Amino acid sequence: MSFARALRCRALRSSPEHPINTHYVPAILPNTYSISMTNRPTVRSFTSASSVLFKQSNLAVVGGGAAGFYTAARILAKTTEVNIDIYEKLPTPYGLVRYGVAPDHPEVKNCMGKFDEVAADPRVRLLANVSVGNINGSPVVHGRVSLDLLRKNYDAVVLAYGASRDRKLGIPGEDGQKDRVGVVSAQRFVAWYNGDPGAQDLNVDLESYDRVVIVGHGNVALDCARILLTDPDVLATTDITSSALRVLRKSRIRHVEMVGRRGPLQVAFTTKELREMTKIPDLRIICDSDLVAKQCTSKEGSKYLETSRPLKRMMDLLLKHAVSDLHPAEESAQKTFTLRFLMSPLEMLFEQPKGDDLVAPQVMRFGVNRLEGSPESARAVATGEIAEIPCAMALRSIGYASTPLEGAPFDFKRHIVPNIAGRVVDDKNELVQGLYVAGWLKRGPVGVIATTMQDAYRTADAIVMDLASGNIGQENGTSRSIIDRALSDAGVDKFCVTNRDWKRLENYEFDAGRKLGKPREKVTNVEKMLDIIRNKIH
Amino acid sequence: MKEVTVTFIEPDGNEVVATGEEGTNLMELAHENDVDLEGACEGACACSTCHVILEEKIYDDLPEPTDEENDMLDLAFGLTDTSRLGCQVLLTPEMEGMRIKLPSATRNFYVDGAKPAHH
Repeated sequence: MSFARALRCRALRSSPEHPINTHYVPAILPNTYSISMTNRPTVRSFTSASSVLFKQSNLAVVGGGAAGFYTAARILAKTTEVNIDIYEKLPTPYGLVRYGVAPDHPEVKNCMGKFDEVAADPRVRLLANVSVGNINGSPVVHGRVSLDLLRKNYDAVVLAYGASRDRKLGIPGEDGQKDRVGVVSAQRFVAWYNGDPGAQDLNVDLESYDRVVIVGHGNVALDCARILLTDPDVLATTDITSSALRVLRKSRIRHVEMVGRRGPLQVAFTTKELREMTKIPDLRIICDSDLVAKQCTSKEGSKYLETSRPLKRMMDLLLKHAVSDLHPAEESAQKTFTLRFLMSPLEMLFEQPKGDDLVAPQVMRFGVNRLEGSPESARAVATGEIAEIPCAMALRSIGYASTPLEGAPFDFKRHIVPNIAGRVVDDKNELVQGLYVAGWLKRGPVGVIATTMQDAYRTADAIVMDLASGNIGQENGTSRSIIDRALSDAGVDKFCVTNRDWKRLENYEFDAGRKLGKPREKVTNVEKMLDIIRNKIH
Repeated sequence: MKEVTVTFIEPDGNEVVATGEEGTNLMELAHENDVDLEGACEGACACSTCHVILEEKIYDDLPEPTDEENDMLDLAFGLTDTSRLGCQVLLTPEMEGMRIKLPSATRNFYVDGAKPAHH
């Protein structure tokens, strides 16, 4: 809070009969005025550096994932007089923590404990099963409001709807052919085994051959590889869906090849995930160790590694565990995970010789690359050489992209909402009053949950600062009753899933999980979710 | 069990004196005393948000961090030579009077669009 503003508030509070000068206290509601004057005689926030006190504000958060909840958590911790409504298009909150984090990483999902606290805070309302803007979804079961409606009725709106689209390779054959699956989105594959209702119709092929190709060298790619190579009996104790587990139990996949267009020093996955691969029983890790060693010991490479402890540790781990080659007999006898470098996908081929039981339904063709430039900005340049890998299915995992929301600025080059430290700006780089952005939509789809947390906190700090300085807020004030009227006029209230509703659904999932010896059994169908919530299924 | 008193130094320089029983981990101790330290994974060594910076003398006497802790420290912001995860460090009588710095996480994030060197 600015010092001048603090002084003004102090002056008002010390003489409640003093007429309010609306010039000094813009956007203050008569009823909030009386609340803050009479019900809060002490000005304790002025003595505490960690919280500020101002008029009761109403904020909307678009997207109930980690970015939205961490933004809300920080605002709640820093202020008292604020209400926050969190909009989520699915009936279930927590976004990628529920539908992205791997089922065998339950410890990463512990952050849901903090989100639960946020959702249970009396100042917070969860409005799940309500999508904002033009997001696709069946209007029969979902409520839908426009961003415009939110901006008219809330003091500020935080966009935190993440990155819902994956980047395609753009190669011939990518979309498959008849019964061949082609290249499947790894993002959808992850959503499928995690029970995302929108991904349950995904067409996977884990049976027609023993090999899967994954394009991309990030943690999502490694998650997919680990799930494909882990014993289903181990996965059965996680919250992976029973339907995904059934498919994985029938899987014939024993070999996963993870391909990247650049070299070992340019990988984007992290050491924890690579280390987990080294701990899968009976799995051999294969990579061109000569290439790795050469890249690490070159003059530029060793200099680069000196500046990056994480990469240095990861390369040491890789060299310790990987073998360069396996005898074909040895390879067929066990599971393998092959990390391939310097290969760019060119096309998916579907010719299929008949006869043998184990003939690959598709073959992925790659162009072989060499690297140019320094390790931190190395470019892949085609050598003209070709390589082919037969596979049942290929997954692409080369990044996510956010999509624009009607009524909000969007940077189509960077696929983010343009912003300055979380404050949204338009194409003339001017601030859009009352509009903020957090998480992947703000900085692009990179980083772990801790990265999103820090980033959400910065956005929250900007909001708290702007609220305190009176820079934002509806001219004529707003309140929950005004908001509720607008939502009811938009026909949204009857679709709305509240935190209590969600907890009922979650308890159903816990009960179902208990019977199966797992933490929870997720409901994967929106209609069924709503039936449980509406008490039609017990 | 012996009581041990240490001082947390928050990013803004604010100092919090905290006393806990031997064997309590530093993250729990921080939380019990309202120190501004996160703990996103609730002490499961699966994130880097309880990153603390220890005095060299204390750091050197501690058992080496495990590979798993180092994997997480690799993702921490403002990593130093004496960084540890608070959830993995247990109070010992030798720590009496120790000063524990919390890193300034904002350092890497105020420049918009900046990303960690290696996420």
